Amino acid sequence: MIDRLEELKLEAQSAVTSSQDKKELEQVRINYLGKKGPITEVLRGMGKLSAEERPVVGQKANEVREAIQASIDSKQAFFEEAELQEKLSAEKIDVTLPGKKVEAGSPHPLTAVVEQIEDIFVGLGFEVTEGPEVELDYYNFEMMNLPADHPARDMQDSFYVSEDTLLRTQTSPVQARTLQAAKGEGPVRIICPGKVYRRDEDDATHSHQFMQIEGLYVDKHVRMSDLKGVFDTFVKEYFGSNRAIRLRPSYFPFTEPSAEIDVNCGVCGGDGCRVCKQSGWIEVLGSGMVHPRVLEMNGFDPNVYSGFAFGMGVERFAMLKYGIDDIRHFYTNDTRFLSQFKHV
Amino acid sequence: MLVSYQWLQDYVDLSGVSPEEVAELLTRGGLEVDHIHRYHDGMDGVVVGKITDSGPHPDADKLTICQVDLGDQSSQIICGATNAPKASKVVVAKPGTVLPGNRVIEATEIRGQKSEGMICALDELGVSENLVSKEQQDLIIELPDDAEVGSDALEYLGLNDVVLEIDLTPNRSDALSMLGVAYDISALLDRPIKVPEIEHGAVRKNAIDQVSVTVEAGVDVPYYGAKIINKVTIAPSPLWMQMRLVAAGMRPVNNVVDITNYVMLETGQPLHAFDYDRFGSKEIVTRRAYAGETMTTLDEQVRTLNEEDIVITNGHTPTALAGVMGGASCEVIETTENILLEAAQFDPVRVRNTAKRTNLRSESSTRFEKGLDAQGTVQAAERAAYLLEKYAGGSVLNGIVESGEMPVFEQEVELSLGAVNTRLGTELDQKETEEILYRLGFGVEDLGDRWRISIPSRRLDINIQEDLIEEIARIYGYDRIPTTYPVSERSAGRLSNTQKLKRKARRFLEGAGLEEAITYSLTSEEKSKRFRLDEFSDDVRVLMPMSEERKVLRQSLLPQLLDSISYNKNRQNNDLALFEMGAVFLPNPGEKLPSELWHIAGAFSGNWTAAAWNKTAEPVDFYTAKGIVEGLLEQLGLTEGVTYRIAKREQLHPGQSADVLVNGQVVGFIGQLHPTFATREGLPVTYVFELRGEALLTEQDKTMRYDPLPRFPAIKRDFAVVVDAQISASEVQHVIYEAAGTWVKDVTLFDVYEGEHLEPGKKSLAYSVTFLNKERTLVDEEIAKVHETIVERLQSKLGASLRG
Ligand SMILES: [Zn+2]
Repeated sequence: MIDRLEELKLEAQSAVTSSQDKKELEQVRINYLGKKGPITEVLRGMGKLSAEERPVVGQKANEVREAIQASIDSKQAFFEEAELQEKLSAEKIDVTLPGKKVEAGSPHPLTAVVEQIEDIFVGLGFEVTEGPEVELDYYNFEMMNLPADHPARDMQDSFYVSEDTLLRTQTSPVQARTLQAAKGEGPVRIICPGKVYRRDEDDATHSHQFMQIEGLYVDKHVRMSDLKGVFDTFVKEYFGSNRAIRLRPSYFPFTEPSAEIDVNCGVCGGDGCRVCKQSGWIEVLGSGMVHPRVLEMNGFDPNVYSGFAFGMGVERFAMLKYGIDDIRHFYTNDTRFLSQFKHV
Repeated sequence: MLVSYQWLQDYVDLSGVSPEEVAELLTRGGLEVDHIHRYHDGMDGVVVGKITDSGPHPDADKLTICQVDLGDQSSQIICGATNAPKASKVVVAKPGTVLPGNRVIEATEIRGQKSEGMICALDELGVSENLVSKEQQDLIIELPDDAEVGSDALEYLGLNDVVLEIDLTPNRSDALSMLGVAYDISALLDRPIKVPEIEHGAVRKNAIDQVSVTVEAGVDVPYYGAKIINKVTIAPSPLWMQMRLVAAGMRPVNNVVDITNYVMLETGQPLHAFDYDRFGSKEIVTRRAYAGETMTTLDEQVRTLNEEDIVITNGHTPTALAGVMGGASCEVIETTENILLEAAQFDPVRVRNTAKRTNLRSESSTRFEKGLDAQGTVQAAERAAYLLEKYAGGSVLNGIVESGEMPVFEQEVELSLGAVNTRLGTELDQKETEEILYRLGFGVEDLGDRWRISIPSRRLDINIQEDLIEEIARIYGYDRIPTTYPVSERSAGRLSNTQKLKRKARRFLEGAGLEEAITYSLTSEEKSKRFRLDEFSDDVRVLMPMSEERKVLRQSLLPQLLDSISYNKNRQNNDLALFEMGAVFLPNPGEKLPSELWHIAGAFSGNWTAAAWNKTAEPVDFYTAKGIVEGLLEQLGLTEGVTYRIAKREQLHPGQSADVLVNGQVVGFIGQLHPTFATREGLPVTYVFELRGEALLTEQDKTMRYDPLPRFPAIKRDFAVVVDAQISASEVQHVIYEAAGTWVKDVTLFDVYEGEHLEPGKKSLAYSVTFLNKERTLVDEEIAKVHETIVERLQSKLGASLRG
């Protein structure tokens, strides 16, 4: 009997080994371990055995059954693994095909530049202030120390909408408005971005509408050296840490002393090239110490307060930063142009 | 202002300082040198030659064969100029020379005769054609006898000069002269100034016996001086003077006119020379022109004057338009013998207005407009008299005939060292500060704790302490001002709530796939009427528009945004999604300034998503635009009270446009462009929206608390109802919400069907309704009851039936 069981085990294991698929394997299981299988039969015929033989054969039968079951399980696992591999391989895709891309839009480059500059100045403790685009002559000119017969007030150069209102020619009137609202109490630290308008024919370098950012810092004991410090920080932040500034005397009716601020040329590094007209420097903004008359007219005591003011052209900054050569690109909104600013 | 480096050396010693260094010095000192001109760059081999023999070309009537001594050799050169046969000393470009315009001179043969080089005219040496005097045009240059044969001709002519082009700031009218620039260099370099010669010979006659001067309106003409120079000989001015005028951008005319221009360039004081004998009288009367009075100016134009113009007259008729241009009737001509020389001061604003109105802006008017050095006027007259004696053979009559008081300019400004250092952030000491003030030619009086500074009359721009601080800073060097940081109390900078929300709106729209556009605020009257959100009101118009297209301020953003759609379409950019944020302008009756309202607009055309290997293209439609608006409002915190209703607006498709309402107020619209309008404008099928931005910028809710996550499950029920096709989805939704009671959490419309499986005129709407009770788990029977109520209510209110 024992021999018969041993024989069955070998027979079954050989059948497991030669089974080709899960179905055949199942058949092997049924053939050997099923209710009508030979092992069950052996167990059924145990009654005929002696009391000594019975446990011996019973144990052997269980051993054989377990061994066969183990062989089947292992073969089953093999079949399942093979099946899985086949399935995975059937599911292989071309990972180089394009994805379901989420297409984002883009900020306008002028907005991008304004926000970059706003962020730097906010970090330096400035607030962002805005003013109307249609402005009183009074704020646009008079309070900025440009009296009535000043050449800059020529009707030919500005878009007047009535005798004493015009499309602002500069963002400077926001200075006057903010100072007057502060009622003689400093500090005032603001930057004012916005659209401005001048009666220029549109061409590659002129636009009847453009953007400026005005800035004002008024407090007790503000020095010209502070203006240098603030702009040294600003320029390094905006153009890069390897850039330096230089101040040159200039003239604006609302500042005295006045200074033009140049940044060393990013193209040639200061050696001189076509971009910087061989000078090694690029003019980026106008600035100066607030003219005492401007302080006085707008309610600040120039003996107590001093300050600096500055103004920059947003288009110019964008053109310098991104190498744009025609100012009209900013206003035609060609998407081949706009979409280039996705990542700024 | 064009400044000749060579000429400058008449007034200040520039030894050891190159033109580039002078340019750098001036730029850093506040006179920005924009460009350094070297007209002669690369021109080698241009020498003085002497024509030793000449004769006609045997085979060409108009050519002359010249034998030219060039010092080290003699060459045969063929020349076509009419003055070649009798010329003596000339300018020769030897073979190998490269003349301006990349013209390479070579030894050649002209009609069988060899020609070894070229005899040059001025324009061939790079002198701009409009700076060559009328007489010199098409002629070769004839050099005076003192030109040394074989020597460098460019050097002789002064054409090896370097010219600095200065971009002057409007305050520095003092630098509109060679002397003014020299004063700055003298201060910057700390080298003395050399003043030009004015001493002329004396004669027995007095000018006062020959002419009288009457000024009628003293405000217009604060000073008028006249000198008389007799017996001049009109001829070309000396070559060096001509070349200096050319360097300064002025065309030589004759010795008298050139001298007045030369002195103007030198001193900044414009002068005018009249032909004394053709002046028409012996009295000079200045007055305002009569309305409609006419005169012929030097350029042979008849000018109609008005009462705003100042004229110089002979007592009867105008002889000059003051400060702007002389009259043709008494112009200096070839036969002129006696000169009436005007040196005057005119009201700058009047000169500016007249020059502008007559379009006669000149070197002279520009200087009058900016204001002149009061003490320089007579000096300039004397300087010109000196030169007229020397270079036109004239004899200068004694004295100057004057009217009006020369304005006394005695500007004194007080300044303290403390003020200088606190304003600049420097640590200058008394001695170095005084040193700088002396270098500038200022008078310095020590008052103990401060100085009293007297300002020279040429510096009209210095009036207050700050002006002096700038002077000190620019001579000391802006570069040497230290770099410091403001010491004031620190406080956080910030964006306002509105500015933050605007940025948020931008980020949302960009993230959603729209590109930001910026368009012009000025538009045409026709466009400004389109897409208005507000009732028609008048336009805000500019008084002097530059074109019909830019005449009034926009009242909506869309017309301009559609221009951008058009622009792109014409360039085959077809899939477009643009947005703009900006101000629109509405008249504000009773107020000076219009209302500026902030709007947001968007425009979509073409495909919203492009076709790809795994999806078909999805064209934009009404719901693309609406989805963007819905998302935007949600981003801005408007989650409740937003409704949409069908609207009729001009330019929009009547069946595909909706008003957007917040709490019952219209805040904007969404819609498809009306096909007729789109076709007329050449626009593609476009969907648009425009919103009143201001209405959307609510105060940010700083008290927002999160909604605790439910502890009990939500239950979902899907069903479809059939209703009449004209019943809107929002009506159905409204009924569902009403009937569902408090447990309804969400109602989602997931399908809309109209078609063959339904009766005509019917549509099916499929909803998924989510129920939730925060307190406990809902049981099926409860939901079934609510569901029943919903169906009943839909049936009774909208005649809907459940779709099986
Ligand atoms: Zn460069």
